[in-house]
Amino acid sequence: MELDVGGARAYAYTGGKAFDPALPCLVFLHGAQNDHSVWVLQSRYLAHHGFGVLAVDLPAHGRSAGAPLASVEAIADWVQRLLDAAGVRSATLVGHSMGSLVALDCAARHAPRVDRIVLIGTAFPMQVSQELLDATRDDEPRAQSMVNLWSHSGLAHYPSNPGPGFWLHGEGLRLMARQKPGVMHVDFAACNAYAAGLERAAEVRCPALFLLGDRDVMTPRRSGAELARAVRGARTVVIPGAGHALMGEKPDEVLDALRAFLRETAATASASARGE
Amino acid sequence: MAAPKPPGFATLSLHAGARPDPVTGARATPIYFTTSFVFRDTDHAAALFNMERAGHVYSRISNPTNAVLEERVAALEDGVAALAVASGQAALHLGLSTIAGAGSHVVASRALYGGSHNLLAYTLPRFGIETTFVDPRDLDAWRAAIRPNTRCLFAETLGNPGLDVLDVPSVAAIAHEARLPLMVDSTFTTPYLMQPFTLGADLVFHSATKFLGGHGVAIGGVLVDGGRFDWEASGRFPELTEPYAGFHGMDFQEESTVAAFSLRARREGLRDFGACMSPATAFQILQGIETLPMRMERHVANTRRIVEYLVRHRAVASVSYPELESHPDHALAQRLLPRGCGAVFSFNLEGDRAAGRRFIESLSVFSHLANVGDARSLVIHPASTTHFRMDAAALRAAGIAEGTVRLSIGLEDPDDLIEDLARGLRAAEKG
Repeated sequence: MELDVGGARAYAYTGGKAFDPALPCLVFLHGAQNDHSVWVLQSRYLAHHGFGVLAVDLPAHGRSAGAPLASVEAIADWVQRLLDAAGVRSATLVGHSMGSLVALDCAARHAPRVDRIVLIGTAFPMQVSQELLDATRDDEPRAQSMVNLWSHSGLAHYPSNPGPGFWLHGEGLRLMARQKPGVMHVDFAACNAYAAGLERAAEVRCPALFLLGDRDVMTPRRSGAELARAVRGARTVVIPGAGHALMGEKPDEVLDALRAFLRETAATASASARGE
Repeated sequence: MAAPKPPGFATLSLHAGARPDPVTGARATPIYFTTSFVFRDTDHAAALFNMERAGHVYSRISNPTNAVLEERVAALEDGVAALAVASGQAALHLGLSTIAGAGSHVVASRALYGGSHNLLAYTLPRFGIETTFVDPRDLDAWRAAIRPNTRCLFAETLGNPGLDVLDVPSVAAIAHEARLPLMVDSTFTTPYLMQPFTLGADLVFHSATKFLGGHGVAIGGVLVDGGRFDWEASGRFPELTEPYAGFHGMDFQEESTVAAFSLRARREGLRDFGACMSPATAFQILQGIETLPMRMERHVANTRRIVEYLVRHRAVASVSYPELESHPDHALAQRLLPRGCGAVFSFNLEGDRAAGRRFIESLSVFSHLANVGDARSLVIHPASTTHFRMDAAALRAAGIAEGTVRLSIGLEDPDDLIEDLARGLRAAEKG
């Protein structure tokens, strides 16, 4: 579906069902240089199991218009405006990588709008090496190749990809190549510059889940676990064998961890949604 | 952290898509010889049917052994996804039927495998899909043949049997100007010699029966999605960008930004047309792919020796191989096929049809049969076999004469192949 967020067209995949703002809302926030399609093996299921799903394309990504937003805080503010545009009072935010920092920041600074957060493939600080940061500005194909190789834990899973016939490395690379020129540097610079992670983590009061891949070299598990310790009552689930692209590499494990968390925290989230 | 290096071709040939079986520890990819797969519970079943979860349901649509083959070929081609199907012809049909239907039009090279030509020229018109054939070297002809209802441009990377080298970047540019994809049959080149996606093509298919398998024991095809073509931006493919009543109103491009084509091809084409590959065949083709880089090196090296021998022989009127300066696509081949121009080529014997018959019947190492890309060397006379449906004019247009002989050079000792050919050429000369 398309929404008007601050005068710019914003696209959200709704999981193959019409979006119903009366249902508990899940907002999926993709990582740098990606789009909504990274969530297809989680969002479609949840849309058919009682949730209103908005898997968004962030500004300038995928089908959404506008310029890329230059800071995690700016994206968090945009998420709040997105909820307004969708007629949603509050939502559970599920973020991957850069999107996880957005979820964290939003939960702290826009607490009444956030019922729960799920941070997937996260770390703080989300430091980007100078070599990669320079490449995102000067040589996007090289930067995309570096990120893609770092994002995958191996050349196969299960033994074959559970999504029959899909070559995850190829999909990852092509998805990054599909984004508009210039977006990648803005995204990675935003991740690199975000300094308020621990401060915001201490302010979070809603239920939080951290989903970490034990073979993630982009956002190492250790760093993600440290951030989790800064969030009061946060749960952490480590997915064995998963790299940074864990929604694609381990789709069922990610979905099942999400379902368990959503089920176990349903009462708290409902109270939060009612403003209690 | 040092910048990572992508895995090389040989590594991908062995490892892409496969890891040891998590239950048994089997190192080689097992043959999952099963028609169907149990569901964990009713919710899992419903989720699989509605594409809410990934996984296998029924082996006509997907199978773990086939999925390893599919991933591996997609990786070797630098694509995003692939589908293993019953044959190369099934791959061509699946590729076209996913994006074309009654009222559609295709622009195709006229230098095609006879079976492909037949499908386009005679069979698909019965289903409302028309084709305009063009000289693959005539870029203006490609452009001029495009109509408002054209759905794709199609050619072989190395035309059959004259080895016309397709100028993939130029033909792809013409296709893209018209917001159309370029599909290529890459059977003769394999990803080892050319990766068409990196040159601009959008869809690739193989008769995996040939060099990918290499052993001549299994019929199969693989259709690969490059993931580069933007179906949404094209605006010419509602099959991929609008809700599909045949699958719960799914908009495939919404589901997958880069692999919408593959999703529809599997969820419609494999499901409804049903030209699936047996997992035993997938296993056999995987065995071949594991040694593809080494085999292709040897195929090309042997071919160069044979070509060098034939061009000097007095009983040979001409040899058509793009590495020869006499070939019209020599310069293009040097640019697009630096690792070699494959192991299939044709030559013309001096003399008439009878000379050709004496030549073929005198050979003992070369096998006379209708196939290419085997580990064994093969020979055939196109005018009486693969292209027999073509009339004389169509034969000439495809660069075939009565004395044209096609060779597929195998992996034998090249000296033995030359000795065999010398025997055949002596017989041809005797009259």
